[in-house]
Parts: sequence; structure tokens; C-alpha cells
Amino acid sequence: MLYGKKRTIVTILRYLILIVVGIVMVYPLLWMVSATFKTNNEIFSGIGLIPKKITFDGYKNAMKSYGGDINIVKAMLNTYSYVIPKVVFTVASSVVTAYGFCRFNFKGKKLLFTVLISTLFLPQVVLNVPQYVLFNNFGWIDSKWYLPLIVPTLFATETYFVYMLIQFMRNISKEMEEAAQIDGCNVVQILIKIICPMLKPAMVSCALFQFMWSSNDFMGPLLYVKTPARYPAAIFVKLSMDADTGFDWNRVLAVSLISIIPSLIVFFLSQKNFVEGISAGSVKG
Amino acid sequence: MTKRTSTKTVQVNPAKSGWKRFVKNNIGFFFILPWLIGFIIFRLYPFISSLIYSFTDFQLFNGVSKVGLMNYEEIFASKKIMKAFSVTFKYAFITVPLKLAVSLFIAYILNFKIKGVNLFRTAYYIPSILGGSVAIAVLWKAVFRDDGLINTALAFFGVDGPKWLSDPSYALFIISLLRVWQFGSAMVIFLAALKNVPVELYEAAAIDGAGKGRQFISVTLPLITPVVFYNLVTQLCQAFQEFNGPYIITQGGPRNATTLISLLIYNSAFKTYEMGMASAMAWIMFIILTIFTAIAFISQKYWVYYSDDEGR
Repeated sequence: MLYGKKRTIVTILRYLILIVVGIVMVYPLLWMVSATFKTNNEIFSGIGLIPKKITFDGYKNAMKSYGGDINIVKAMLNTYSYVIPKVVFTVASSVVTAYGFCRFNFKGKKLLFTVLISTLFLPQVVLNVPQYVLFNNFGWIDSKWYLPLIVPTLFATETYFVYMLIQFMRNISKEMEEAAQIDGCNVVQILIKIICPMLKPAMVSCALFQFMWSSNDFMGPLLYVKTPARYPAAIFVKLSMDADTGFDWNRVLAVSLISIIPSLIVFFLSQKNFVEGISAGSVKG
Repeated sequence: MTKRTSTKTVQVNPAKSGWKRFVKNNIGFFFILPWLIGFIIFRLYPFISSLIYSFTDFQLFNGVSKVGLMNYEEIFASKKIMKAFSVTFKYAFITVPLKLAVSLFIAYILNFKIKGVNLFRTAYYIPSILGGSVAIAVLWKAVFRDDGLINTALAFFGVDGPKWLSDPSYALFIISLLRVWQFGSAMVIFLAALKNVPVELYEAAAIDGAGKGRQFISVTLPLITPVVFYNLVTQLCQAFQEFNGPYIITQGGPRNATTLISLLIYNSAFKTYEMGMASAMAWIMFIILTIFTAIAFISQKYWVYYSDDEGR
């Protein structure tokens, strides 16, 4: 047993560790925000957060377009023009797949479920090359509608989400469904009217994760988007870094910060869902 | 709700037609059919074709002219490629243990009665959400530049910081740190598991005279091994495939110190369009990853403790 004094010291030590780690986690982000308001001369001259002289040049220059084709705003619109369909399609197709696996028996279910689980461990690195060849044959490279990024999500290819939804669905009691069935609902009505409302928290988690991952995704657009006017933010930020590092850091950091603002807003509005989603997807209930 | 029970149930007429009955009995199959089609087109077919490509000299615009083991021979003869594999190993063996240790340690502390747990958890979690983005890679570059945030801070204490990103002996570690910094999601998983450890067990251990450290090793750790296992496997998979960090921050340099195998695969596939060669490298990577995952899976019966309600 700990004595009073020792206990206090231990408690203080714990908070100290948490605070120090917290600073390590958050300080770079705060510094980034402040650096966007600093002059380029000041950015690397100190570690303070408050600019000596506030300038909006970073933001002004961030709005400038590259070669007349693309600027950060347009790049972000491009990003969300495929992220949002991806999110919607992923959730819809994953729910349907999870429903099929979770609530029905059919021939070969066991085998197919094993296949589903094993795709969780199938690394993207072996798929990139042949997928590129495949999409090239389809004529989808540099597609106007970002087809290589969107179409696979119609088919619940990201099985992590299917798995997560199955975990949730297992814990939903079947009584309501049985009652609805007696009342004459067919299987599709049961899915839409009974399961979906109860599955909503899990669906929100899936949507949020897919939103974050797709917004952050760099490899996908790097491979499949070639026309500058169609570049998403991830590529645009990389380009502006390559073009400007060395002299125009407030612009580069401003562009970077703008590109993550929607993700930050979504995160702060929905933190709880993230934490619950992660825990539910991994730790079996 | 109206009751129309009788009419509906009568409809199931087993003698009606074979097809209808098949549909009725296998209706679940139709729900998973989209996934199955997607799996075949976007997963299985690419998976098999990449294995086939790896035995050819397939180039995107020239097609195939030779078939054989030459890609694999070239890989094992190439110093550059073998170095990339060893750098990838090094990267994974720095990143994964460090990330697991940090996330478990922080989760352990957060699991005590801490005021403001949610605030801390949020702060630790933000990098995990944003960390994969290009924006954060850019930030990392600014932080570890020769005159970046870290070295400016060190200079404040009179320390002359090294050139983190241009010195081959540090660069890989800095790239690792970017991933370790994103320990939040692993931490949340650990924290959920720690919360599930019954308090009575700690009390019993304390009565037996076990201190906090002893309790952690004898009570906590055995009970959360399934989660340790889960985090280990997912982090290993992620680490072996790392691409964004080295591609954006160091471009594989200095002197190939951060050239992970994923970068070489990318270069040969999408710069010179040597699809065969890239597939061969990817397959070696895949086999290594499979071996590690298999070791983790097979060994779990020796070190992973599942409570008896497992296997549902």
C-alpha cells in the first residue's frame, strides 16, 4: 500500500508524464498554426507560438493558383468530390455485406467469411501494380470522375468496415427483426427499417474513418490522377512543398493547414464516435 | 403495425420451383454478392495476376517478351534492392515496438483515475487522425529541418542539433517517429482493453503483496494479450508498407537511408513501368509479411490469453 506522501508524488508524476506527452503531441500542430501567420524570416528563428509580426501573406499566397489550373480551394473541392461518394458507397455496400453474413445462412458462407477475414490481411502493396494495369485497361486512369478511387467502394472492398459492422450487428438483438418478419416485412425492409436505425452509431464510425482515410489518401490520387486541374489536396500540398521549400514556408504551411481543416472540424464534432469505433472494431464485444 | 401473418407464411411453398426455393434458402448470398464480385475483380484477380507478372518482364507499354525467374534473380543480386529490404526491416523493428510500448504505457497511465482523461485522449488522438496526411508530412519536414523547430529548441539549450533529415544515421529514425507520434489509435484500443480488466484481480494481487509493477506484469499484461496481438499484427502490416513518410519527406534519401522497399516498388512500377519487376518485389514483401503474420498467429497460443467466452 502506498502512503499518503508517496501516493501524491506518484499522482503528480503521472500528470507530469501526461502533460509532457500531450505537449509533444499537440505543440507541433499549434506551432504550424502560428507559423502560417509568421513572416518567412521569423518561422525558423524561434520556437514561440506568438508571431512578432502577424502577416497574412501565407494565406494570400496560398490562394494563388499553379499554372492557372489549380489552387488549394479547387484542389479541396476535387478531394471531396470523390471522398463523399466513397464514404456513402462504402457504408452502403458494407452494411449490405455485413447483413448478408450476419443474419443469413447460405451455401459456402463459412468459406466466404474466411475469405473476407483474410482480405483484412491482404496488403495493398501486392495489389497496386495489377490494379493499375486493370484500371488502365478499363481506360480509367486520370478519369474525370475518379473512377479507380470510387468504383471499388461500391463493392465493399474495404473489408475492415464490413468486419466492424458485423461485430456491431452481432450484438443487436434479433427480436425486433423477428417481430417485423411476422408483421410481413421482407428482408430488405427489415434491413432498412430495423437494422439500419440500430446500426447507426457503427455506420457513423465507418463513415468517419473512411472520410479521414480517403481525405488523407496520397497513393491513390498519386497513381490515378494525372491532370493538374483534377489534383486533390493531397497532391497539391505535395506539389506546393516541392516548389516552395527553402523560401516560402508560411505559404507551404498555410496550404497544408487549410487542407486539413475539414478533417479537424469533423474530428472535433465527432470525437466520441472515433474512440468508440476503434474500440468496437478491434475488441470483440 | 398490422398483422398479416398468415398470408405471408403460406407463400413459402417448397414444391413451387427449384429456383425460388434456392433464392429463399440462400437469400443472404445475394446480399454478399456485390462484395464477392468486387473481391474477385479488385482483389483476387489482381492478387493472382501480380504473382504471374512477377515471373515475366511485363512492361506496361511493351507487353511480355520473357518468362522466368529473372526478376527474382535480379532482386537477390541487386545490392540496392537488398538494402531496401533491410532498411524496411529496420524501419519496422524501430517503429512497431516503440509505438506499441508508448501506446501501452500511456494507456496504462490514463487508466488510473485521471482528471481530464477525455482531454488527454483527444490530444493524443489527433495525430493519428491527421498523421497520414501530406500536410503532416510537410509539418514533419519543417520540424526536423536543419534549422527547424527541434534544432531551434536545442539551440536554446546550447545544444547543436544534428542534421536530422540529411544525416543517414538519423533520417530513418525521424521517419519512424512520424508513425510513433501517431500512437493514438493503438492507445485507444489498449485503453479499452485495460478498462475490461476486472478490478477484483488487482485487489487480489495487492492482497498477495504484489506492487504496481508486479500487478502489471502478472495481471494486466496477460489479460490484454489479445489486444497486444491485434495491435502487433496491424502495426506490422502498416510498417512494412510505409510509403508516404519517406516518399514525401526524404524521397528515400539521404544516400538511400530511407529507401523502403515500397519506394522501389513504386519507382519501378510507375516511373519506368516495369510491372513484372515491381510485382516480384511486392511478392517478396508479401511473403515476408505473411511469414511474420503467421508467426504471430501460430505463436499466439503460447502467449495470448483468451477468456473462455472467446470463439463466438
